[in-house]
Amino acid sequence: MLHHVLVANRGEIAARVVRTCQRLGIEAILAASDADLDSLPARLADRTTRIGPAPPAASYLNVDAVVAAATAAGADAVHPGYGFLAENPRLARACDAAGLVFIGPSAAQLETAGDKLAARAQAAAAGLPVLPGGEVGDAVEAEGLAREIGWPVLIKAVGGGGGRGLRPVHTAAELAAAAGQATAEARAAFGDPRIYLERFLTRARHVEVQLLGDGERIIHLGDRDCSLQRRYQKVVEEAPAPRLDPGLRAAMHDAAVAFGSRLRYRGLGTVEFLADSGAAGGGVFYFLEINARIQVEHPVTEAVTGLDLVAEQIAVAEGRPLRLAQDEVTPAGHAIECRINAEDWREGVPSPGTITRAVFPAGPGIRVDTGVQAGSVVPPHYDSLLAKLIVHGPDRASAVGGLRRALDRCEIGGVATNLPLHSGLASDPAFAAGGVGTDFLDLFLGRAMTGTGTGSAGSPPQPGMETARG
Amino acid sequence: MTSTGPGSSRGPAKPVPGARTAAMAPASLSAEDVQDILRLLDTLPFDELTLETSHFTLRLQRAADGGWAQETHVPSRPVATGSAAPVQPAPPTEPAPPTEPAPPTEPAPPTGPLPAAAPTPAGTGPERDLREVRAPLPGTFYRAPQPGAPPYVDVGSLVAPDTVVAIIETMKLMNPVYAGTAGTVSEICLDDGQFAEQDAVLMRVSERAR
Repeated sequence: MLHHVLVANRGEIAARVVRTCQRLGIEAILAASDADLDSLPARLADRTTRIGPAPPAASYLNVDAVVAAATAAGADAVHPGYGFLAENPRLARACDAAGLVFIGPSAAQLETAGDKLAARAQAAAAGLPVLPGGEVGDAVEAEGLAREIGWPVLIKAVGGGGGRGLRPVHTAAELAAAAGQATAEARAAFGDPRIYLERFLTRARHVEVQLLGDGERIIHLGDRDCSLQRRYQKVVEEAPAPRLDPGLRAAMHDAAVAFGSRLRYRGLGTVEFLADSGAAGGGVFYFLEINARIQVEHPVTEAVTGLDLVAEQIAVAEGRPLRLAQDEVTPAGHAIECRINAEDWREGVPSPGTITRAVFPAGPGIRVDTGVQAGSVVPPHYDSLLAKLIVHGPDRASAVGGLRRALDRCEIGGVATNLPLHSGLASDPAFAAGGVGTDFLDLFLGRAMTGTGTGSAGSPPQPGMETARG
Repeated sequence: MTSTGPGSSRGPAKPVPGARTAAMAPASLSAEDVQDILRLLDTLPFDELTLETSHFTLRLQRAADGGWAQETHVPSRPVATGSAAPVQPAPPTEPAPPTEPAPPTEPAPPTGPLPAAAPTPAGTGPERDLREVRAPLPGTFYRAPQPGAPPYVDVGSLVAPDTVVAIIETMKLMNPVYAGTAGTVSEICLDDGQFAEQDAVLMRVSERAR
């Protein structure tokens, strides 16, 4: 039984984990960098301990600092949240060595999940369909493989994941240079120069399945659709995935559970798939990666299942067997989440600063997870997520309508936000119909920015490059 | 008040009395708590409620469409613990100044709107042709696309207005910095990996004679 948990994260997820700890009677101790010592999560936590200077490498990414802070504060466990060290096997091992419980999968499972080729091999061995592709050592190998699997291809970093280290290539002429750059970037960003190629499905949907395991038994908690992405970063997520063939949905659930069983997975995890619906129903799906952590979009699953996923993570970490059987998980209704970011919605340029006003909607079916309030500083050192608005309704149409009205009541001052983008999406007929692909958001942005009502397919300008640093 | 609320789904895992610390009042309300209050409020002829406790202030306001908006504020200072360094940051940041950016490391232009990344004339006299390249956003200054890669420019490099001379990493996004003028890089003012405030001078470019 855990009594004191060090929350080694920041922003909305830190506030989220603190809340569940307190509800369970567990003391929540926040590990904060110099930039976050006076943040909302620091005020919500029972205690706050400093782990280092503002740059993540010196604080939230510093394994030794996190373990030392947990020990000094008398914590018996560490919750890593998402991002930062959440999937770092070194933290899991260091916790183990220091007699702390790491609230997450085993170090070995984190290693498999973090090595995208190892995860791909395990998925294939568990019978999951994987995209045509494989590891390539140099440009010659890359070209040979690309010819075999067909264009376009996506170059991926073996040490990447979470939308980082991806590079689409459309023609043979671009391939050699792209492979070289990808190798150099992967070495710099992930400390692992290995790359692999996969067939690039440009119009598929991103559908993922939530897993929960105790190391012996594994269940799924339904699926989510996260197809609305910008630069491979999710912007809107929903549960369940809309307009999915029932057979395809069930097959994805089974595949995720089969994969989790093969790994004897312990904790909360997500198996990500690309799904390509056939014109006449049915369709195919492919394994993408497994994320061995709680995800940003977990609240949509909580909304439809009625579960507290952080509480389930803690229960598993305490060594308890799963408290649910598969047939006790009964998703109801439909939930949609918007990521409200401190960024200009048109160009996606980040907007650090000081929040002067933070008004959110409230009411039945509405949940807001945030790490900021009026007076909060949004530092330039971390990602731009300010808040998540989650709307739950009896069906998708009522969730979309509720979302549209709820967004009208959101007001954030002091920094630029992408609220106008969310309002625009919530009123878009294609989004309202549901089931759009991963190419939808770029097309939507292109239309919104050129002001044309109809399909200009050009990509919007991209002033910010996808981050390639740790 | 104990922190195990009525919504607890702990099931059989009952907290052992005295084992898990009781008496930890949550510093704010959950979404369920707020909804309970709204259910009550919807039966009353009020359009606004401000609830003030020692831990937080919750302000609920009925919007034009009949829905509710909430504003929560947690004024209490964080409780410091178990670290060599003090938790309390220097001066209190509340009430926060409206939108003042942090003071730049280099003196910014005295007044007026913030200049964009465009270079600005620096000084007079013999240095009249020097143009400053400033940080378009606050963030980490990088001279190369990746660690170990050759820098975009060095002192002496020839640049055109659209030459990328550096990267500023802000909120995990890499933002290119352009020279903004044609000329020769005469000075690089920050070290690679150093933090740059908004509008900090990153480089000086000696303009090419027209």
